[in-house]
Amino acid sequence: MSTTPLRPGAEAIVAKGWLAAHKWLLLRRSSQLGILLLFLLGPWFGIWIVKGNLNFSHTLNFLPLTDPYIILQSLVTGQLPEKLAWTGAAIVLAFYLLVGGRSYCSWVCPVNLLTDAAYWLRVRLGIKGSAHISRPTRYWVLGMTLIAAAMTGSIAWEMVNPVSMMHRGLFFGLGLAWAVLLAVFLFDLFVMRHGWCGHLCPVGAFYNLVGRLSILRVQLPQRAACNDCMDCFAVCPEPQVIRPALKSIKGTPPLILDANCTNCGRCIDVCSKDVFVFGSRFSNTVAPIAGAPQAAPK
Amino acid sequence: MDNETKPSAAARRQFLADTARMACGVGLLGLGVGLYAKHAKALPPAALRPPGALAEAEFSAACIRCGLCVRDCPFDILHLAKPEEPISTGTPYFVARQLPCEMCEDIPCVKACPTGALDHALTDINKSKMGLAVLVDHETCLNFLGLRCDICHRVCPVIDKAITLDPLNNPRTGKHTLFLPVVHSEHCTGCGKCEKACPTEVASIKVLPLYMAKGQLSTHYRLGWVEKEKAGGSLVAPEVEHRYNLPEGMQYEHGKGLSSSPPADAPPGSATGLPKALQGDKL
Repeated sequence: MSTTPLRPGAEAIVAKGWLAAHKWLLLRRSSQLGILLLFLLGPWFGIWIVKGNLNFSHTLNFLPLTDPYIILQSLVTGQLPEKLAWTGAAIVLAFYLLVGGRSYCSWVCPVNLLTDAAYWLRVRLGIKGSAHISRPTRYWVLGMTLIAAAMTGSIAWEMVNPVSMMHRGLFFGLGLAWAVLLAVFLFDLFVMRHGWCGHLCPVGAFYNLVGRLSILRVQLPQRAACNDCMDCFAVCPEPQVIRPALKSIKGTPPLILDANCTNCGRCIDVCSKDVFVFGSRFSNTVAPIAGAPQAAPK
Repeated sequence: MDNETKPSAAARRQFLADTARMACGVGLLGLGVGLYAKHAKALPPAALRPPGALAEAEFSAACIRCGLCVRDCPFDILHLAKPEEPISTGTPYFVARQLPCEMCEDIPCVKACPTGALDHALTDINKSKMGLAVLVDHETCLNFLGLRCDICHRVCPVIDKAITLDPLNNPRTGKHTLFLPVVHSEHCTGCGKCEKACPTEVASIKVLPLYMAKGQLSTHYRLGWVEKEKAGGSLVAPEVEHRYNLPEGMQYEHGKGLSSSPPADAPPGSATGLPKALQGDKL
């Protein structure tokens, strides 16, 4: 994709400085590792601020947080959970309705650390080939997990779900879960670019649906300033979400409305022209656009 | 028109082919996951669920694998199943022979459960049914061999109700008593203390899941003596008294055996008329 020897974001580092060109990445890693640390304080140091795992956690014996996806799977088997689980699911749903469902993927999910590492290595090793599985496959996998739950009468997907396997494993003992995680890593590294998180994971597909109407969105108030360096496309885990907003396809406002945007903020980091900012979906005309939007080059 | 429909027809074919491929792939994955989950529903007998756990079929649907019960168990007996174990991944269990349930009165594991997979209706730990103790091996149980081991009986938190020691004549020595540990399902909670404490190399008493350990009479069965008591008398015509063909002057009564005491209406002194063969003691 790039004929330039420069890595994506190099221009931004020159323009803004290293720290500003890595701001959201650093914040995101802090969030991912911070959440892991918070959960690890208990089992490692006996400081029980948070108990449980991402399926359900109890913070300071006060705040319940439940993964709505696992509650949904439990519901389709015909089980009605107790109030505490409901409360937790409602809080989590409300939160991701605000900040964007797939923020879960880039700011919370531990598997993202793994698949990001795989992608990083894939780029460094110059691995080009990628299997073709279409991105909507994840919705089929999501549907399959619900059908499997209904037909087996158990939360079948939890038998193999790498997301909860990794998170639970870190605090309760991995066992052979490391092999499953290694498989995900190797799949992303050798078989398919952004394979797991971008094409297959039903947890991400679920949070995508949750975040369809979410408030927090990436805006492109300066999209007229875009110099087509393509750095945002190179770093974005779901690059298909950028083009409509950046190139005003079919009159799309300067706002990334695709629910598959994980709000990772990496596009904000790597843009030397500061095209992107975080904002709300309701204020799509924050900055005046200089002249009419440029026509798409293709 | 043709120019427009031709590419769209090709696109449609491509779309259908892609969709079919995707559906088949995902379907296969689903089949694998489903079969795997079905297999894991057969919980291995050594793995016991925490107190208040719903029946296994419901449990694997209601438990969201959060591990809060594990965290709130003050004795750390619970584990979450790892992927390689033949138990639904992430669900809690304990192994009695390693660490049995200590039967906390406030049942913190049940209170911690956010979904009710551990039934919150369980408030008295003595009513829990984690399994049922079964004396699986009469050949190795020390009490069956005539020793006074009694350990399972003594460690039982519901002593003398869940496990009683029932005396029986020791036929080997002819003069000692066997104190046989007998488990009463009505009171046994399946905590596993007996299995943990059993001193034989491999436990002779084991806690098994209820479905394996408990028999069930056919519904049409009636216990005659119970029915007799309920009715306040025999439900059938009284039996004709059995007559024994005994030498003159001898009597036989069930539970007492032979006696030579004369019946009330027998003339005194008739006991002396016993045949010699039956007067062994006196000879």
